Amino acid sequence: MSTDLDILKDVSTEEYKYGFTTNIEMDLAPIGLNEDTVRYISAKKNEPEWLLEWRLKAYRHFEKMEWPSWQNFEMPAMDLQSISFYAAPRKKAKYNSLDEVDPELLATFAKLGIPLTEQQMLAGVAVDAVFDSVSVATTFKGKLKEMGVIFCSFGEAVQEYPDLVKKYLGTVVPHTDNIFAALNAAVFSDGSFVYIPKGVRCPMELSTYFRINAENTGQFERTLIVADDESYVSYLEGCTAPMRDENQLHAAVVELIALENAEIKYSTVQNWYPGDKDGKGGIYNFVTKRGICRGANSKISWTQVETGSAITWKYPSVILRGDNSTGEFYSVALTKNKQIADTGTKMYHIGKNTRSRIISKGISAGHGQNSYRGLVQIGSGADQARNFTQCDSLLIGDECGAHTFPYIESKNNSAMVEHEATTSKIGEDQIFYLNQRGIDSEKAVALIVNGYAKEVLNQLPMEFAVEAQKLLAISLEGSVG
Amino acid sequence: MLSIQNLKASVEGKEILKGLNLEVKAGEVHAIMGPNGAGKSTLASVLTGKDNYEVTDGQALFEGKDLLDLSPEDRAREGVFLAFQYPVEIPGVSNINFLKTALNEIRAYKGQPNMEAKEFLKLLKEKQKLLEFDAALANRSLNEGFSGGEKKRNEIFQLAMLDPKLAILDETDSGLDIDALRVVSRGVNKLRSGKNAFIIITHYQRLLEYIVPDFVHVLYKGQIVKSGTKELALELEEKGYDWLKEDSKETEAADILLPR
Repeated sequence: MSTDLDILKDVSTEEYKYGFTTNIEMDLAPIGLNEDTVRYISAKKNEPEWLLEWRLKAYRHFEKMEWPSWQNFEMPAMDLQSISFYAAPRKKAKYNSLDEVDPELLATFAKLGIPLTEQQMLAGVAVDAVFDSVSVATTFKGKLKEMGVIFCSFGEAVQEYPDLVKKYLGTVVPHTDNIFAALNAAVFSDGSFVYIPKGVRCPMELSTYFRINAENTGQFERTLIVADDESYVSYLEGCTAPMRDENQLHAAVVELIALENAEIKYSTVQNWYPGDKDGKGGIYNFVTKRGICRGANSKISWTQVETGSAITWKYPSVILRGDNSTGEFYSVALTKNKQIADTGTKMYHIGKNTRSRIISKGISAGHGQNSYRGLVQIGSGADQARNFTQCDSLLIGDECGAHTFPYIESKNNSAMVEHEATTSKIGEDQIFYLNQRGIDSEKAVALIVNGYAKEVLNQLPMEFAVEAQKLLAISLEGSVG
Repeated sequence: MLSIQNLKASVEGKEILKGLNLEVKAGEVHAIMGPNGAGKSTLASVLTGKDNYEVTDGQALFEGKDLLDLSPEDRAREGVFLAFQYPVEIPGVSNINFLKTALNEIRAYKGQPNMEAKEFLKLLKEKQKLLEFDAALANRSLNEGFSGGEKKRNEIFQLAMLDPKLAILDETDSGLDIDALRVVSRGVNKLRSGKNAFIIITHYQRLLEYIVPDFVHVLYKGQIVKSGTKELALELEEKGYDWLKEDSKETEAADILLPR
């Protein structure tokens, strides 16, 4: 119908809000990827020998691996030899107090809306701001330290808590897992490290901000979160990136470990630069995220709102090893213009009485292609396992696509696996109904989409939920149809 | 308030309205009856600005403004409300959130500030009471899982909340049982005032026993062929539409019998 096309507005009116760069001297590794690159990075970060060896082992494995071919999109050609794998601001990497931080850096963070000031601290959110490949400042260190909570940059954790890092690093995502995990293990730069001691309920949401800045650097952050027995932590991850023409690779690895009766809640709101309306530029977000419910009665939940990146490729997963453990995955993935998303989750039921819940809401607009890929695997010993999966797709306009690839593998007779799926379109009738109540079409779409995504947005911590709602509305501007 | 002159409209190339004339003043209730295909719903769609309807001639002035020139949302903001014949469902959008958004859009258009939450809740409770509207329905998603009757009642509830100048009720009685009909009618009657006006589109005379109109018009083949008072509705009930079909053949030049 011509009306769909009539209502479609020119999309380039909404400028990517966060598109700016900071003029700070960058310390760049020489271009290219080889064993020397790995050594360079390790040396820059002053790492102990065991970690360098760990990296090299991963790198050597990486060299033998092949790029995957099963994804539901065309893999862009990636010339790893033409990018630099390490970018750190030239100033000192560790800051004991905010006074030492480069003022231009602080201004950058202010622009991004994360002022590292006392006022922000009073708001109750501890922020570990990662500026490109190096953690710049960590707030709240003192307060959390009192409770025994460790929340610092990964680099710092290697120096101060090497035993903890060594104990858990790579236990959930080994370097052999996939080619991007191998790459990450070899050249990861920084990320967050969190350790919650026994019985401690972390009193505030922990948050990290990422930014890809220097031209031609990929970002390979590594995050490790360990929740010891009876503990709880809620972690937020939000990303922005400046406007660039060259595609940039973002191959992070996140490992979560929940011990007995522990709970980890991991929330992500992602709006990396998605490329222009013709699909040029944009971030490649190829992330490996996995959690293991090691202890009995433990719980891990992943919540993600993905609106950015040219290609989003990630399957935050949970290994349900402990008896009575629970894994959850809540996702809203929006693709418009020429964006692609191939995302979903994997739930491995191994222990007894394990539960998993998957709610995936895909939204496709413009020429976006959205794929849900999910695996529910019930092991032979996973008695009384329960899974509920709801996988919904919403199409806006008639040029986009939604695809689902649900896999269920059950080796246990007592398991109960439920799968529901819906595909819907925003009807003209719905928009007209809202028009007739005084609401214009763009607001109408935002209202409808928010209603559609509500079940997932409700999972986010409140501040994030509000940001996510606004993000969905802004991302859909110009896609009404 | 509403002045329609020689309105002609087509949908998919087919002319449905063939020169419709109608005058509605504040405080009046007009009923529009007619056989299937006469153009009743088309009239509602054209007045509210639904896509795919092309106005080929004539005009419609609302409070002196060219109604047909405005976008659907602006028409609503000017004070035109349509109680849909088949209200759509919008899952996930709560009734309350939706009403608040609509209300504030209309207020913004008029240069008024957003309604405060407290005030809004007060209004909500007031109208729920007025219309005997189940509070539980207000908390649910817009029309999701509502029965036909509940949807129609929700339309009237929205009417009460948004307080339009002109309300068009498009076959609100269809799908309602006797009790629901009574409740809806009671509600509409309570909302009638000297400041607003109603156009009630219906097939059957029964609704008009509860919502007594000031004027009754018969729409046949895209034109209003006869107008009268509520007695006309009774006459139609008795004689059916064939009587008028005979009549209209003699009034092809569209002489309208204006109400006295």
